[in-house]
Amino acid sequence: MPYNCVVCVKQVPDTANVTVEAMKSDGTVNRAALPAVFNPEDLNALEAALRVRDTHGGTVTVVSMGPLGAAEVLRECLFRGADRCILLNDRRAAGSDTLATSYILSRAVKKLGACDFVFCGRQAIDGDTAQVGPQLAEKLGLPQVTYYERILDLTDRKVLIRRNMGDGWEVVETELPLLVTVLDTANKPRPPAARRVLRHKRAKAPGEVAREVQDAMPDATSQEREVEEASRIEKLKMQGLLIEQWGLDEVEADLAWCGISGSPTKVHRIQSIVLTKEGFTNVPPTQEGVRDLIHELIVDHTFG
Amino acid sequence: MIEPNRQGDVWVFAEHEDGNLSEVSLELCGKARELADRLGVSTAAVLPGRDLDGVTKPLISHGADKVYRVQDPRLEHYRTLPYARVMCRLIDKHKPQIVLYGATPLGRDLAPRVASEMRAGLTADCTDLDIGDYEDKGAGTKHSNLLLQIRPAFGGNIIATIVNHDRWPQMATVREGVMFLGEGDDKRTGEIVNETIVFEDVDEIVRVIERHREPRTVNLKGARAIVAGGAGVGSKDDFGLIHDLAGAIGGAVGASRAAVDAGLVGKEHQVGQTGTTVRPALYIACGISGAVQHRAGMEESAKIIAVNSDPEAPILSVAHYGIVGDLRTVIPMMIKSIKERA
Repeated sequence: MPYNCVVCVKQVPDTANVTVEAMKSDGTVNRAALPAVFNPEDLNALEAALRVRDTHGGTVTVVSMGPLGAAEVLRECLFRGADRCILLNDRRAAGSDTLATSYILSRAVKKLGACDFVFCGRQAIDGDTAQVGPQLAEKLGLPQVTYYERILDLTDRKVLIRRNMGDGWEVVETELPLLVTVLDTANKPRPPAARRVLRHKRAKAPGEVAREVQDAMPDATSQEREVEEASRIEKLKMQGLLIEQWGLDEVEADLAWCGISGSPTKVHRIQSIVLTKEGFTNVPPTQEGVRDLIHELIVDHTFG
Repeated sequence: MIEPNRQGDVWVFAEHEDGNLSEVSLELCGKARELADRLGVSTAAVLPGRDLDGVTKPLISHGADKVYRVQDPRLEHYRTLPYARVMCRLIDKHKPQIVLYGATPLGRDLAPRVASEMRAGLTADCTDLDIGDYEDKGAGTKHSNLLLQIRPAFGGNIIATIVNHDRWPQMATVREGVMFLGEGDDKRTGEIVNETIVFEDVDEIVRVIERHREPRTVNLKGARAIVAGGAGVGSKDDFGLIHDLAGAIGGAVGASRAAVDAGLVGKEHQVGQTGTTVRPALYIACGISGAVQHRAGMEESAKIIAVNSDPEAPILSVAHYGIVGDLRTVIPMMIKSIKERA
């Protein structure tokens, strides 16, 4: 039987090259200052969903919450075989912690209607929290199977899954619908298919179309631009190249649970440890010298 | 979500498997004790499971004033939904101000589920916890004696301090091995409170068909701190010092190829081009000259300390701190200083 799969993906800053300039004064990240990449384990989540569809039939719908630039990872999903992509984009969602993020994602998944599987990457490399998957499962009222490695059997509504906990593995049996978080060891994500790249590289979200029209018609009135935007969006839709774009109103999110005000955790302080790499300290081999060094490492939280 | 409750206890979720408590749970009992003393409240451990008699007492000797036990055959092996039910019901009932979990695969599965249901804040993978004040400049409010949740973020490039001032309990998962594991005091007494939880059918929807656990091997990749020894350590006996220092800071043991070739330690510990490439927050290289093949596997570490008797050793060119001296005297000094601070 066919299964409808939803995949949640995230565009993340490439955390290999972070400087203090990339941090804003409130402690949040200035993503614009860093190269953006497809969160690695979300590619494994997408692959897991595509394999379910390729084997059993059904659909793969991808949802990504983020700035307009995150449309790029959705195009990457189209290149690899996703059927439908939705960009969740709203300024009022900025500053969301994992709880607010999972709430907003849950509103979008609910708007999509009945689905059988929700696939998430285990964690994103910018925060490494691994919290959004389980929190989204709870918000959707679904059971969760974290650390998904592979499906051993899928028959009707019953699924047998092997999970890998690092220090061992487990086989669990459960019923759909279900949320799983996928490990990087689960599969080898397929590369973009050349034919699909050619077809989908022009796919765009309405926000991107608006920017494009703005650039193309700098002297036009806002009314003229709106007409042009609407016509281009309609054309993309006809060609099946429209990346849908939803805001918090479209998913009927309660604003009290979104963004900074909807986030119980607040960033109090940020310390960069990149900048301490400079310089060399010669520590005398005495009890006093060693004690000062240990003290310094405790104060800067190198160890607890 | 519960309202801030300044009289609330400091809780630890007690993780155990096959009759063994995880070390991180005992580490957290000690840390909870310290936090609770500063707040003037008590500590408690929450212990769900099937057979709990063997795993109750160590929680008390390591710092718990109370142990909330939930004995039920459904709790024999960890499963998300029944365990989350236990935590949420007990949090609702007793209103703790802080709940700590080990940042283990199990803790990282359970804690976010509980946080979502409680609509409370949760910080992942903390490496330190403290009590302190927070000023919300936007709202113009001040909050005293909050749990400061300190964690690396952004691939380890920054250290963030997170607070949760209004939607309690304040919850965090804490990385294994970063808190000091005390010896435990067998004379400590505590109260054992047996709780009964009413489960629902939906809690049973995920069934464990088969489970397999492997004994832990060396985890260099995931280690936040690594103490590595080289040929300069000299003998297998002296390599014990490397293990001791790693134990004192809760780090993993690494080695250069020369040390492995000399038979001082197993190959699974080898760092470098032909071994494991690592980038921990702290790398302490002891008696390692620093051949380029070794440096390639560790020079991305955030902080490097080199202990070497040779002031010309190449390792010093990538180190942030150099101690030129005999590691047989320097390492015991380091361990002594760490123990004084703990």
